Amino acid sequence: MAKDKLPPLGERRRFLLQTLQGLGLATLGALTWSAYIDEASASALVLRPPGARIEEDFLSMCIRCGLCVNACPYDTLKLARAGDNVPVGTPYFTAREIPCYMCKDIPCVPPCPTGALDASLVSKMAKNGQPEFDIGMAKMGVAVIDSDQCIAFWGVQCDACYRACPLINEAIIIDQSRNDRTGKHALMVPRIVGDVCTGCGLCEKACVTEKASIFVLPLEIAKGKAGSNYIKGWDEKDEDRLKDQKGGGEITHTPTSAKKPVDYLNSEEF
Amino acid sequence: MRWTFKHRFLILRRLTQTLMIALYFGAHAWGWKMLEGNLSSSLVFGMIPLADPFAVLQMSAAGALLGLDVLIGAAIIAIFYALIGGRAFCSWVCPINMVTDAASGLRRVLRINEVERRVVLSRNLRYWILGLSLALSAIFGVDAFEFISPIGILSRGLIFGIGFGSTVVLGVFLFDLFGVKNGFCGHLCPLGGFYSLIGRFSIIRVKHNQEKCTLCMKCTDICPEKPVLHMIGKRSEFVAMGECTNCARCVEVCDDDALNFDIRFFKTTK
Repeated sequence: MAKDKLPPLGERRRFLLQTLQGLGLATLGALTWSAYIDEASASALVLRPPGARIEEDFLSMCIRCGLCVNACPYDTLKLARAGDNVPVGTPYFTAREIPCYMCKDIPCVPPCPTGALDASLVSKMAKNGQPEFDIGMAKMGVAVIDSDQCIAFWGVQCDACYRACPLINEAIIIDQSRNDRTGKHALMVPRIVGDVCTGCGLCEKACVTEKASIFVLPLEIAKGKAGSNYIKGWDEKDEDRLKDQKGGGEITHTPTSAKKPVDYLNSEEF
Repeated sequence: MRWTFKHRFLILRRLTQTLMIALYFGAHAWGWKMLEGNLSSSLVFGMIPLADPFAVLQMSAAGALLGLDVLIGAAIIAIFYALIGGRAFCSWVCPINMVTDAASGLRRVLRINEVERRVVLSRNLRYWILGLSLALSAIFGVDAFEFISPIGILSRGLIFGIGFGSTVVLGVFLFDLFGVKNGFCGHLCPLGGFYSLIGRFSIIRVKHNQEKCTLCMKCTDICPEKPVLHMIGKRSEFVAMGECTNCARCVEVCDDDALNFDIRFFKTTK
């Protein structure tokens, strides 16, 4: 027996099905799109212009106009193209190609229309009470040394990065020690002072090894974090954190034992 | 001469489209000051900010507190299209328009329109994508459409170098050529949808004169947003739907002077 033909769809059913279809397809699109955004915005291995806010805020505020790129006199900054593995259209630089030359007047920051590059992050109060740019406050990243491949650690005399550093003897310091291999020479190896380093990348550009043995990494990747439970007792400012602390830091009282230590030794509980 | 007259608006549109990119390019390459930045945000003569209101809307949905410059810029652009231009951005400024026009032109030459497989895509899809852009921006805290926008990729590409972005543009071209007629601009693009919504009550509009119309239907053949010409041969009235891009192709192809630009709301009788 042939199956009965299904009755035609009612108006209401048709409407519900169409709505469901629309919602389903929209969800499909949204999921694909979400996956892409999540993937694309996760690539934190990128150096941003000076004054850039932390990556998460920077990404939400950058309108990708390229005014900072236009303002850069050294062609350091590039707008990410599709395929650069950087969120498309956002400004970044590759230190080994063209590092940031740390202009005193920081021309890339004022043109930013959205505040993704925040002038206050690279300004300090001048004596006259007006804020003034200080490129030394920039935190584009921090230089890291591969002491395995850096030839200075082999005993070869090289201080290319040290000489190239705009904050010579502040951001990169040369440590001297005895070369145990030869027994009669000095090792003169570079060391980064993380608090001072701006991440400009001039050292990476100057490095003589085939692939740079000193290179700039974004702070989120290169920096560890000791945690707020450690307080530097020798640093008054750090100790001040205790005063503002709410909660925690309670003093626990353990009652003093009534017995004498000698009794304890004689009780044979040892 | 007659050809020029028959394509007068098309020539003007190509001029404005290329001129803007040329000015942006000049600003990037040679430091011209007339128009700096790109279509997301610009600076005119180093003074007047302009910004893409849809990008600003997404960034606000993403929770970014933006600088005043970009808000003023977005307001200028939004007010201009809302009061005067309608969806003119799409046909007079957007560089993707040249790509999709090329695809739809080739469609006519190759007569692909006549062998079309029926790919059903609602013209309202763009409004879904528009809503999705804002929802995803809010969820991920980034401007969701700007991560994938072919408009941004092409306009930045022409100004700053395109890289793999050319494949995205090629994708749009192929989709429009072999996929859906006027597929990208007429069905998918949320920026077009955005301008359709805010430009609904703009004053510059094409007006149809039914008495002169001979029903040759050349206008509906050429129109990239066919539904907006629903009054052809029926009523003398303005092309009032927000989806009309003011591209004026209908005005040009009409041999009977039945379609012309006019100003809405101010003139009472004609």
